[in-house]
Amino acid sequence: MVDFWPTLYVFVLASFIGLGVIRRVSRLLHTPLMSLTNAISAIAVVGAILVTGGDYPLHIRILGAIALFASTTNIVSGFLITDRMLKMFKTDARRSSTELRAGPSTEVKAGPSTELKAGPSTGSGPAEGRRS
Amino acid sequence: MMYGVSQFGYLVASALFIFALHWMNAPATARKGVYAGGAGTAIAILVTWAEPSLIHHLWIIGAIVAGFVVGVPLSKVPLTAVPQRTALSHAFGGAAAGLVGTAEYYLRFAEGPEHLTPFRMVALIAEIILGYLTLTGSLMAAGKLQEVKWVPQRPVTYPMQNLSNLLLFGLTLALATALTRHPTAPWAPALFAAVIALALLFGVLLIIPIGGADMPTVIAILNSYAGLSAVAMGFVLDNKLLITAGALDGSSGLILAIIMCKAMNRSFTNVLFGAFGQVKQTKAAGEERVYKSETTEGAAQALEQANFVVIIPGYGMAVAQAQHKVRELYDQLKKRGITVKFAIHPVAGRMPGHMNVLLAEADIPYTDLVEMDEINPDMPQVDVALVVGANDVVNPAARTDKSSPIYGMPIIDADKARSVFAIKRSKNPGFAGIDNELYFSDRTWMLFGDAKAVIGELVKHLAGGSGMH
Repeated sequence: MVDFWPTLYVFVLASFIGLGVIRRVSRLLHTPLMSLTNAISAIAVVGAILVTGGDYPLHIRILGAIALFASTTNIVSGFLITDRMLKMFKTDARRSSTELRAGPSTEVKAGPSTELKAGPSTGSGPAEGRRS
Repeated sequence: MMYGVSQFGYLVASALFIFALHWMNAPATARKGVYAGGAGTAIAILVTWAEPSLIHHLWIIGAIVAGFVVGVPLSKVPLTAVPQRTALSHAFGGAAAGLVGTAEYYLRFAEGPEHLTPFRMVALIAEIILGYLTLTGSLMAAGKLQEVKWVPQRPVTYPMQNLSNLLLFGLTLALATALTRHPTAPWAPALFAAVIALALLFGVLLIIPIGGADMPTVIAILNSYAGLSAVAMGFVLDNKLLITAGALDGSSGLILAIIMCKAMNRSFTNVLFGAFGQVKQTKAAGEERVYKSETTEGAAQALEQANFVVIIPGYGMAVAQAQHKVRELYDQLKKRGITVKFAIHPVAGRMPGHMNVLLAEADIPYTDLVEMDEINPDMPQVDVALVVGANDVVNPAARTDKSSPIYGMPIIDADKARSVFAIKRSKNPGFAGIDNELYFSDRTWMLFGDAKAVIGELVKHLAGGSGMH
């Protein structure tokens, strides 16, 4: 028998934190925000692991395995695409090809020079082919 | 002992998730947020996996590997396809919640009535309804965004639509109540299956009356549902990490949906039940009105002589994949010392923030992307407003014409600029099906054609005919 009051508390408090934090998110980043929260809420993976790996009948584990697959997909693609999008946000494109740039926008390590070039070119290549 | 370790791990993960979202408040720190979120998820997975009761490790590994196989390519879609990908991932999130809920119910059912307390049943039912509804609803949304053939693009309406939906919802609620009161009756598993079926159906019915222009709001709402289904799973499993992460996701979807609704001057209920885009025959074939067309050469000259240019992108830019050409135009103008800003309407595109990501992809500094409220006071000083595939978000009818379906929607005041050039693929009205007053203004010149081609020509003229591409 679960005492549900503590969990309700957690829900209400977490919602307030969520509203407070999300309200301050830059409007520029609403698309990455959505993919990031998506990846975070794929934490449902925890429930899926318990169902998949537990000592349960086969059909239960199959349901769990599909759920585990779906949440892992969200985690992997969610975090990767968020990072890919965020890498593209730069303060000044003009100097982006020179080393001068590296400072202000990319505190996060990961070699600026290779990255800045990779962004636009990988983005445009396949993208143009696919739609037209 | 193990319990303490896993609870501590979950606590750390919760804190990391909050930091992750906090760091999203500025582009400079945002990538840290991704790492924090990834670390939190990894910790949570590891402490869960360490649970001694787990014995089928190969199953877990297999499902995770399959998730990677599908997830990695899904993260590499072109940025114009990001709205579809997002909708698809909401569907996956909903499916995961629904499936775990289903498994939980049948497990506990077999174990006996003491495991199915009323509270847990309510949480379980909320989990499966939200989960399965999000699954089919998001699949429909993804289908609409991807323009899959058998998914209707235009809103589908029929008589008594809202009433029949309401009755269906009432029926679901009645079944859910019966299930909560008698969770272990012999007929309960069948009833449970019926609730699942109704939730799946409900997801489809909720999305078909919604048009493409409302997709940003709908995606945000589905985002919220996916989060809430994770919360419900947290209640079922008594897992506070799930509740925290789900609540963060739920509130994020809610805030985005509110922002989108405000940007369209519409209410939630109006978006969900209003069947926008149906009222398009307001002034059908009344008087023949004429556009003024302009050649790209003339437009290039006007741009060259300007001091302040504002580019207003819309979904048409995404469709035409014109963002890289736009960047070349931006470069050409900047080179001449012209001030260039991008005016971004909150609902431009098919999901919140869509235009910002596309322009960032094209290597345009985000410091030149300006929000609607910030740019509007400056619009009268703008020499040239260049509208690239945007339509409703610059339609002055929103300010003046009370009979217009978009009346009251905040818009970018392109019509106040000294001159306007609007690039448009055809003479058809936009996605919402409304005529645009802006195009008939005496300060507006139309540039008909594919956005990418037209901007390419502008660039060519500005580059002095030397023809880079």
